[in-house]
Amino acid sequence: MSAEQAAALGVSYPPLQTYSEEEGMMRDAVNKFAQERLAPFVSKMDENSLMDPEVIKSLFEQGLMGIEIDPEYGGTGSTFFSSILVIEELAKVDASVAVLCDIQNTLINTLFTKLGTAAQKERYLSRLSTDMVGSFCLSEAESGSDAFSLKTRADKHGDYYVINGSKMWISNAEQAGVFLVMANVDPSAGHRGISCFIVDRDTEGLQIGKKENKLGLRASSTCPLNLDNIKVPEKNVLGQIGHGYKYAIGMLNEGRIGIAAQMLGLAQGCFDQAVPYTRQRVQFGKRIFDFQAMQHQIAHVATQIEAARLLTYNAARLKEAGRPFIKEACMAKYFTSEVATLTTSKCIEWMGGVGFTKDYPVEKYYRDCKIGTIYEGTTNIQLSTMAKFIDKEYDH
Amino acid sequence: MSRVLVGVKRVIDYAVKIRVKPDHSGVVTDGVKHSMNPFCEIAVEEAVKLKEKKFIKEVVAVSCGPTQVTETIRTALAMGCDRGIHVEVSGKDYEAMGPLQIAKIFAALAKKEEASLVILGKQAIDDDCNQTGQMTAALLDWPQGTFASEVTIDGEKVKVVREIDGGLETIKISMPAVLTADLRLNTPRYATLPNIMKAKKKKIANMKPADLGVDMVSRVEVLRVDEPPTRLAGVKVETVDDLVAKLKANGTI
Repeated sequence: MSAEQAAALGVSYPPLQTYSEEEGMMRDAVNKFAQERLAPFVSKMDENSLMDPEVIKSLFEQGLMGIEIDPEYGGTGSTFFSSILVIEELAKVDASVAVLCDIQNTLINTLFTKLGTAAQKERYLSRLSTDMVGSFCLSEAESGSDAFSLKTRADKHGDYYVINGSKMWISNAEQAGVFLVMANVDPSAGHRGISCFIVDRDTEGLQIGKKENKLGLRASSTCPLNLDNIKVPEKNVLGQIGHGYKYAIGMLNEGRIGIAAQMLGLAQGCFDQAVPYTRQRVQFGKRIFDFQAMQHQIAHVATQIEAARLLTYNAARLKEAGRPFIKEACMAKYFTSEVATLTTSKCIEWMGGVGFTKDYPVEKYYRDCKIGTIYEGTTNIQLSTMAKFIDKEYDH
Repeated sequence: MSRVLVGVKRVIDYAVKIRVKPDHSGVVTDGVKHSMNPFCEIAVEEAVKLKEKKFIKEVVAVSCGPTQVTETIRTALAMGCDRGIHVEVSGKDYEAMGPLQIAKIFAALAKKEEASLVILGKQAIDDDCNQTGQMTAALLDWPQGTFASEVTIDGEKVKVVREIDGGLETIKISMPAVLTADLRLNTPRYATLPNIMKAKKKKIANMKPADLGVDMVSRVEVLRVDEPPTRLAGVKVETVDDLVAKLKANGTI
């Protein structure tokens, strides 16, 4: 039953897994696309640590890279929740493809849409929805969780800035045509000097370093960046000077719901691969699924995934409703990344020896899930953030 | 050369394991995943391609059934059809609905909409009838190009390459005509997200079979539905003599 049908029947509080007709159609379309067209590429991309350009092209063609962008700029003009469903469906097949789509939609596109001048939107949004990937550059070698102690500097010279520094762990860097670089214009002001600069790939002095050789999410390029006397015109400042830290926090609060969706899809995709095996594999004269210990483990994991789904969907709906959502977003990201770890680990065990080989897909999900507790705010950061909210709740 | 009607049928999804109802009156459909018949998808794709090549101006997607079939029409709209027609059929009429009733509806609509082509899937994956296209053409007294694996418009004629038992047969027929799509005609596109959004704004008209002067009475009554018998294990033999002996022993020869 769609949200519209529920409303027509007078059901005021439909379950969380209720989608509008549009959301439902998008989810089915992406599910089909991912299972049929992306799946054949996954294993090779993982092995070679390389995202196939065909895959990126098809993401743009399907309209998955500009989900919330206005059709005026070539985007789909849909909602945040649609993005969440898309990321979840992609992650069921490949978490690397999902993260490329997530960063583009929840970080890059959102920043341009919220903060861009008419000229900046004109110049970048139509490219971001049709053929250009974006990267978000905040972390540095010496500043990960302590993001705002970043050292990259931007010095003003008349009507342009000169940026110097290096960034680390930058996703999509190999493919990106535009980089949103967080740099400090006034270190003496601490985090209040941090500002956001739009840097085109072909800017002189921008060097994209060799990508990391990673445990998981291997098809997603993660590179260091060197900024050597980069000249950025004033018109390429995104938003206001000195407000960069606010933008970063605001955007990461939303982005973490996207990561929750990625981890959720990853867990579900892995589970969907493992359970059929347990129904087929016979030992001691019966399906291994029929052993009570297996049933209890499988049911436990299924419950965790369901809870993770509800946390994720609810955080997304809260955000869309304009209600406070930061604590819930942290809970969603924290919980789903833990559930992804549990699920993938158990799935390998359920599949026994074959689960441990690369001939079967589950070991990749196991490797891919680990980054979930680390990036876009480590688990410890999420927990501390939640604790701050909880503390305030008892303040009266 | 303006308008094409495409029929789309809502069927149980091809990947679902079919279960027979306990009372053997049919198969379980409640709560079961449904989608557009794969051959209908191919028909929609062909119609949309013809429109993109500017051979036709408008593609109208038609489906017969209860409210749920509007989802199938929306998918056709998201693939590029311009508007939809939902012919409302429900309850006993829907359960008894078969190729003859559908063909009568399509024939009436083809005349009403002044269609130059009616494109259907060659058969539905639930009943495997492979009759609707042929019946529609007969009722309209139009030529038919069935089992099409290639369609080319040539002025007022259509060249159709047909998949037949012996290989491929090429025919040329005049329009208006009925075509039915076979597997290799094309590869249906995925509905892109922007097209799904655009589909929301496209119109779906509602009508009843009576509005088209069609009576839905079925001349066919389903008596019983059973699963195919469980496949028994085979027997391996070493030589041809053994094979002949075994076949003789169980009375086959």
